[in-house]
Amino acid sequence: MAFIMGFVIMSVEMLGGRILAPYFGGSIHIWGSIITVFMLALAIGYALGGLYSRRRPDIRKYGVLFIAAALLLWIIIFFSESLGDFVFLKIEDERAGSLVYCILIFFLPTTVMGFASPYAVSLITTSKETSGVSAGFLYFLSTIGSALGTLITSFYLVEYFETNTIIKFCSGILLVLGIAAILQHRKNA
Amino acid sequence: MKKILLVIVLLQLSVVVDAKELYRAKSLYRDIYVVEKNDLLCLKFSIPRREDTSQSCMDRKNPLRMVFNYTRMMMASVLVNPEPQSILIVGLGGGTLPTAFNDMYPNAEITNVEIDPAVAKVARKYFDFNETEKNQVVIKDARLHIKRQALKNKKYDLIILDAFGSDYIPEHLTTVEFLQEVKQVLSPQGVLASNTFSSSKYYHHESSTYAEVFGKFFVMQTNAGSNRVILYSEDDTLLNIKNIENNVKALGETLEKYDVDAELMLRSINTMPMWNESARPLTDQYSPANILNAKEK
Repeated sequence: MAFIMGFVIMSVEMLGGRILAPYFGGSIHIWGSIITVFMLALAIGYALGGLYSRRRPDIRKYGVLFIAAALLLWIIIFFSESLGDFVFLKIEDERAGSLVYCILIFFLPTTVMGFASPYAVSLITTSKETSGVSAGFLYFLSTIGSALGTLITSFYLVEYFETNTIIKFCSGILLVLGIAAILQHRKNA
Repeated sequence: MKKILLVIVLLQLSVVVDAKELYRAKSLYRDIYVVEKNDLLCLKFSIPRREDTSQSCMDRKNPLRMVFNYTRMMMASVLVNPEPQSILIVGLGGGTLPTAFNDMYPNAEITNVEIDPAVAKVARKYFDFNETEKNQVVIKDARLHIKRQALKNKKYDLIILDAFGSDYIPEHLTTVEFLQEVKQVLSPQGVLASNTFSSSKYYHHESSTYAEVFGKFFVMQTNAGSNRVILYSEDDTLLNIKNIENNVKALGETLEKYDVDAELMLRSINTMPMWNESARPLTDQYSPANILNAKEK
């Protein structure tokens, strides 16, 4: 699951350039805005997820995070065009404009995706001695997912699919995994 | 075999020897080189040793002479509408095209949109690009400039799109939505001239995209497989071979000064371009121009 989350985060980030270009252009500034907002959102997600993981973590709650992220991705699908037009008209400077726009469409889904990361660490950690091993293994999976998400999206997916189709696909896998996690929890209970 | 290798090595050396590098810089977007060879001063965006990578060249003895076929074709867009009052040029390069337009139409207002400030700097310093009230440079992404001008209801009589390199195409300038924005800032008698490629799979998608937005367009191409210039005007009496023939007569002599052979340009026009019409038009949602451009036609 951590692998898929890593995949989705970078897939959406790669698509960010395409989503922003019609309103803020293809200058280097838009990548500055995209990466800044993703990093900030992930940082906040990690911190909050870490705090939340102290309250009796279970796989059901982890599944709920996936479903929340899946639903929040629809902000991009539904509002990227209207918000793009809106911010373009309100803010003339493309640096400020692209930053505000990225916060509006990427911040919430990315924060929730970051939230899931430390939560997963606490789920698989059984003792203090092995916590480093668990964290290392999860970072490994999620970062490999990120690498593949970047590569597959930019090399192959964009050749065949529309941006929104790829985001719907990402949302779909998160949703399926989230539901699977909840069902698994019921079975165990 | 060894002899052939030796010859190749010598040939390469000779290229290196007589092409003098005058300037090299890393900009935000690319490497920029200014190279001098014989009397040609060229702007390059990749390693100078590779041939035909020049973005723009200027003949030092005759700066108004168009060195490349594609710049000649772009210049020939005036055969569609011979009296542009306002000209928008997307992609400055060395600025040879605006310099020539400024010479031919001293009263026209020329706006050059260039994304890379380092390119504008080089154009001013090495290519004698003279920025004046009538010939201005705006450092901005073209899509943004055009969108903002559309909001202000600004119209241009001639729009030159020349932002597509053979190794990189800005994908947000290839879409149906972008061309619709271009159409909004084109005056009723305005002409669009877009410099593009014809040798990859992108050709079909690009043609479908232009057809979706403009319906009918002409293509100018002097050599098969090389650059092609797409010509479009809202006004059917302008985008009309009779009109172009008349303008060849009227402007032929004037264009000689810029080394543009108007007769040849007329013969190079294809009024019924063909392509694989099932190719999907490019949109803001679907625009893999660079991937398509790397694939066989």
